Amino acid sequence: MKLTLAALATTMMVATPALADLIVPNMSYRTGPYAANGIPYADGFADYFTLLNERDGGIGGQLVQVPECETAYNTEKGVECYESLRTQNPLVLNPLSTGITYQLIPRISQDGIPLYTPGYGRTSAKDGSVFEWVFNAPANYWDGASVAVKHILEQEGGDLSGKKIALVYHNSAYGKEPIRTLEELSEKHGFELNLLPVDAPGQEQKSQWLQIRRDRPDYVIMYAWGVMNQVAIQEAVNIRFPMDKFIGIWWSGSENDVRAAGAGADGYKALTFHGVGRDYPLYDDLQQYVYDAGKAAGAGDQAGSVLYSRGAYAALVIAEAIAKAQELAGTSEITPAQMRDGFEALEITAERMAELGLPDFGAPIALSCENHGGDGLARMQQWNAGEGSWSLITDFIEPDAEILDPLVAEDSAAYAAEAGLTARCN
Amino acid sequence: MIYREAGDFKTSYRDDSQTFPIRLDRWGYYAILAVAFGIIPFVINDYWANAVLVPFLIYAIAAMGLNILTGYAGQVSLGTGGFMAVGAYAVYKLMTAFPDVSIAIHVLLAGLITAAVGVLFGLPSLRIKGFYLAVATLAAQFFLVWLFNKVPWFYNYSASGQITAPTRTVFDQAVTGPAASAPAKYLVCLVFAFALAWLARNLTRGSLGRKWMAIRDMDIAAEIIGVNPLRAKLSAFAVSSFFVGIAGALLFAVYLGAAEVGEAFGINKSFLVLFMIIIGGLGSIFGSFAGAAFLVLLPVLLKNTLVGTLGWPTDLAAHIELMIVGALIVTFLIVEPHGLARLWRLAKDKLRLWPFPH
Repeated sequence: MKLTLAALATTMMVATPALADLIVPNMSYRTGPYAANGIPYADGFADYFTLLNERDGGIGGQLVQVPECETAYNTEKGVECYESLRTQNPLVLNPLSTGITYQLIPRISQDGIPLYTPGYGRTSAKDGSVFEWVFNAPANYWDGASVAVKHILEQEGGDLSGKKIALVYHNSAYGKEPIRTLEELSEKHGFELNLLPVDAPGQEQKSQWLQIRRDRPDYVIMYAWGVMNQVAIQEAVNIRFPMDKFIGIWWSGSENDVRAAGAGADGYKALTFHGVGRDYPLYDDLQQYVYDAGKAAGAGDQAGSVLYSRGAYAALVIAEAIAKAQELAGTSEITPAQMRDGFEALEITAERMAELGLPDFGAPIALSCENHGGDGLARMQQWNAGEGSWSLITDFIEPDAEILDPLVAEDSAAYAAEAGLTARCN
Repeated sequence: MIYREAGDFKTSYRDDSQTFPIRLDRWGYYAILAVAFGIIPFVINDYWANAVLVPFLIYAIAAMGLNILTGYAGQVSLGTGGFMAVGAYAVYKLMTAFPDVSIAIHVLLAGLITAAVGVLFGLPSLRIKGFYLAVATLAAQFFLVWLFNKVPWFYNYSASGQITAPTRTVFDQAVTGPAASAPAKYLVCLVFAFALAWLARNLTRGSLGRKWMAIRDMDIAAEIIGVNPLRAKLSAFAVSSFFVGIAGALLFAVYLGAAEVGEAFGINKSFLVLFMIIIGGLGSIFGSFAGAAFLVLLPVLLKNTLVGTLGWPTDLAAHIELMIVGALIVTFLIVEPHGLARLWRLAKDKLRLWPFPH
């Protein structure tokens, strides 16, 4: 054992990176039951920073280093990754796992490292007066639930009384997040909510779908991830559930999830908070500086896919926040605390998105000390199995702030009481 | 030549029956204790504590617990993950209900609660054996995980079902929560691991341990010579669950800081701990530590070597790591089916004769 420890000590010393670069780690998972979703995201995240390094020489003249750490969506490996990445002085972390996010929130708050969790993580982190170091713009789980219900309302002509909506969810912190919101919404709109948990990783869902077949809910909302997505969509096809009444959260809406079910998945709907496909000017640059140069991350076959776009979008927001932080700090070598200030002053307008080569890709983002979560806008996309592509079918929909704001305030106040925090931003 | 018994005379029965009868063994043991208690706390950093030593010590405790049940008493259990969950949720309820009490006391209480639950799920062992008992404990595993997922009281009605460890102290030093320092976490786990290893070693050498082993080797014969199977089996379940409960409590409160029952205490955890004792050696305290070291430290070492030093892509390294660990497990079990503890003993036997084997 001593030999092991000695060997470990030597390898650790070697692993220290060069200082003065901007460190934005990529906490990815390319193995395990969630790999099919983790790989495109990690590739998109890495490729965007590669593009910035190759085309612009980094951000503000500083190269961006993206050390990768494999978490396998596992909290224990997440701890190991966090501890090893922390020695490299990262500017911001993006763990892409709600479980790891919950675990990291107290630690990063203590250590002063910003955590950026776009579209996942702890929803109430939107309240910046309590969660000083956590950012979850542009949208969170509760926004997603509310937007999905709004879309259903629109489909049903504004009245949901007497309707049945089932929630099929990953039985974990992630899947349980929307329950509170949906319960409130069911009270407000008078629909009946059925909860159908699926245990991780989610290969077995026969009983849940039998129940759906028996109860015949009018709509199914799904919060799934990894292999659970493919299985759920296949099961829905098997029981001939109408696909246009089956709505997934943005984590249940990638090509990998629907392809397995073939033509049966045609018409499946999912939320998204950004565009998809390669029809954006940014891809010309990516092609020139990254793909053609042989610098693409992973196998390089994910460009333009939903999760690749999401990874790139997360990287884009981080890059904009770094630029903002450099502007505010007056130096290009920023600290994690300055990075937080950069996030809090972040403003990405529609014009800026067009300038970055992604016109009409995401909704404008404006953050502040109080608001770490943006406006929560999301839109609906629908799968076309014939063409094998997603098409956007609605414009950006605003979530129901009347329901969400009190919930966020309540949950963040509970966290503040638990952790003994006083509200900032005054 | 160096490692020998010659000249090591015992003049009392007490000396003769001590845990480490050979002088060199004893010195080695004291040296390890001195390093573990006297040197490591002063040089440890966050990475070493959180990614290496704390999980190693916690898994060693869990492995000792399962080893008492499976290795010494011969009752196969696949419910370790579920019992760890009992420890974790017990400590969570205790630390949130009584915030002013030292966390060490809460961890002990969590162990006792788990012991009670373990006895309850040990009752079937009076009627069924072997694979059938394994299935009964598997039911415990799934039932407990389902219970902690289903009943919101256990996670204090939090929206996401996650439990998060608040800051709690031992002698005014934060041990849980984000403010806990690396030496504090390490020392608390070390004290528990040391005390429990000492307890396990002495229990298994005493009359209770002999009863367990008698039951393991042949329960009918044991009953004929006067071992009460009810007491022996249930005491094995109680002591084993006490250890496993403490391991679960420390895993959640000190190591992870936040946990979710399905992910942290699922069936995988039961198998992981079972593999630890199979690789380490059934019926051996040293084997529990060796098995835990093998399955906790080796993946971290491989990761750091392959990704950190050699610069391989993380996914390739993760896959190779699985293959290497798997291949090593198979190799070890072919070369020495009785685990690392037996290898260690064979090595010592050879060393005693070295350099003049007959």
